[in-house]
Amino acid sequence: MQQSNAYIITFSVILTVVLGLLLSGTSQVLGPMQREAEALDKKKQILGAVISAEEIDAMTPEEVDEYYNSRISSIVVDIDGKEVTEQDGAQVTAETVDVGKNYKKPAEDRLYPVFIFHEEGDKDAAESYIFPLYGAGLWDAIWGYMALETDMNTVGGITLAHAGETPGLGARITEGEVQSRYTNKEIYNDSGELVAIEMQKGEGKDYSSDPHKVDGMSGATITANGVNAMVKNYLNHYQAYIESKKSNEAVASAN
Amino acid sequence: MSAETVEQVVDKKPSEAFLSKRRKKLVTDPLVDDNPITIQVLGICSALAVTTQMKPTLVMAISVIFVIVMSNFVISLMRNTIPSRVRIIVQLAVVATLVTLVSEVLKAFAYDMYKELSVFIGLIITNCIVMGRLEAFALGNKPYDSILDGFGSALGYSWIILAVAFFRELWGSGSLFGIPIFDYVSGIFGEDFQLATNGLMVSPVGAFIILGLIIWVQRTKTGYVEH
Repeated sequence: MQQSNAYIITFSVILTVVLGLLLSGTSQVLGPMQREAEALDKKKQILGAVISAEEIDAMTPEEVDEYYNSRISSIVVDIDGKEVTEQDGAQVTAETVDVGKNYKKPAEDRLYPVFIFHEEGDKDAAESYIFPLYGAGLWDAIWGYMALETDMNTVGGITLAHAGETPGLGARITEGEVQSRYTNKEIYNDSGELVAIEMQKGEGKDYSSDPHKVDGMSGATITANGVNAMVKNYLNHYQAYIESKKSNEAVASAN
Repeated sequence: MSAETVEQVVDKKPSEAFLSKRRKKLVTDPLVDDNPITIQVLGICSALAVTTQMKPTLVMAISVIFVIVMSNFVISLMRNTIPSRVRIIVQLAVVATLVTLVSEVLKAFAYDMYKELSVFIGLIITNCIVMGRLEAFALGNKPYDSILDGFGSALGYSWIILAVAFFRELWGSGSLFGIPIFDYVSGIFGEDFQLATNGLMVSPVGAFIILGLIIWVQRTKTGYVEH
């Protein structure tokens, strides 16, 4: 059957319009639920830096919300560590800051959310500070959250996520075992310089004696380099805030 | 793609039974004798990629069943209006729309699954089984027959990936659907009895091995020889 060009074009146009309407309609209907799911996922990732994945998995979505609300408070700071409450006349809250979008701006113009994990109900009794991270892996964006203990030096935990790293290689940054390698590492060296933590090339070596090195992922050196750069960059961006908290802590312990 | 279905002409007897012998064959043939994975060797990529655990594999299987059945149905409905010169693009558009629907629904209702399967849901579009059934069957047959045909092929695909996932998760992670089977077994026999997991099964190589074994066993039983 040979149809005329006009028929083919009409057919294609109608098909495109029908399918397009169907898709945009679905996206409209499901949009709110998807955004909710994304927000919940973000909360899980933030909490993942301070509590174990098993504990989070055991929680229902409502419990995650409740836990998050009772244990996490947040502020937004700029590159100098000063708190930011509004920008361009609009109010700023840490939950609505898109770290990925801010990443495109120059470092000194970005907003930096800080999530403070505190004792239940007591916002001043901070247990750890959670900093978002964002950077580039091998194929696409990688991001995560790093928790620092109140000494602003020891890593309490880290969660890492990615958009499109190679499954089985770079994508392993999402595994609990890889992330647990960061726990209890330190970001400052003995002379007080911010040296961050570097994932090494190769896998299977023991770095437990070196507080600034973690074991690598075999076959995923470029992803690991991306993680290293991301951790180092963002710790540097937060440095002003970290140091201000650190000196507070020192004053408090001196008293 | 099997040649016999291309030439198959629907007999126009008005009172064909709802599940006649011929229609039953449409569903049962792809399960073993004409299995898309083990005989036609289509859809291998996703069979290797998503089968480390049962749960995502099950979601993947359901998604593939939905996409194949629905696309077969829609294309069969439109088969007399589709201009033959652009039929591949029309098929692609329909399949891509269905796959996007699946991925949107997963994103809204099962975000964790959506994250885990991520790119592989999108890759259903390129699953050769889908386009294969459209070209070979749906374009020349009535909607109801096409639904049965799609369902059969999708089931044939699904049970193979589920079987592969069963062995990979059991041997690779010592669990099924996330339930730690190996731990229970150790619990029964006491502390000294520990079953070791095999890391090879978690990597794609494990899927090749399991799939190869399934194909071997199946071809030994059916006596199928590649021409």
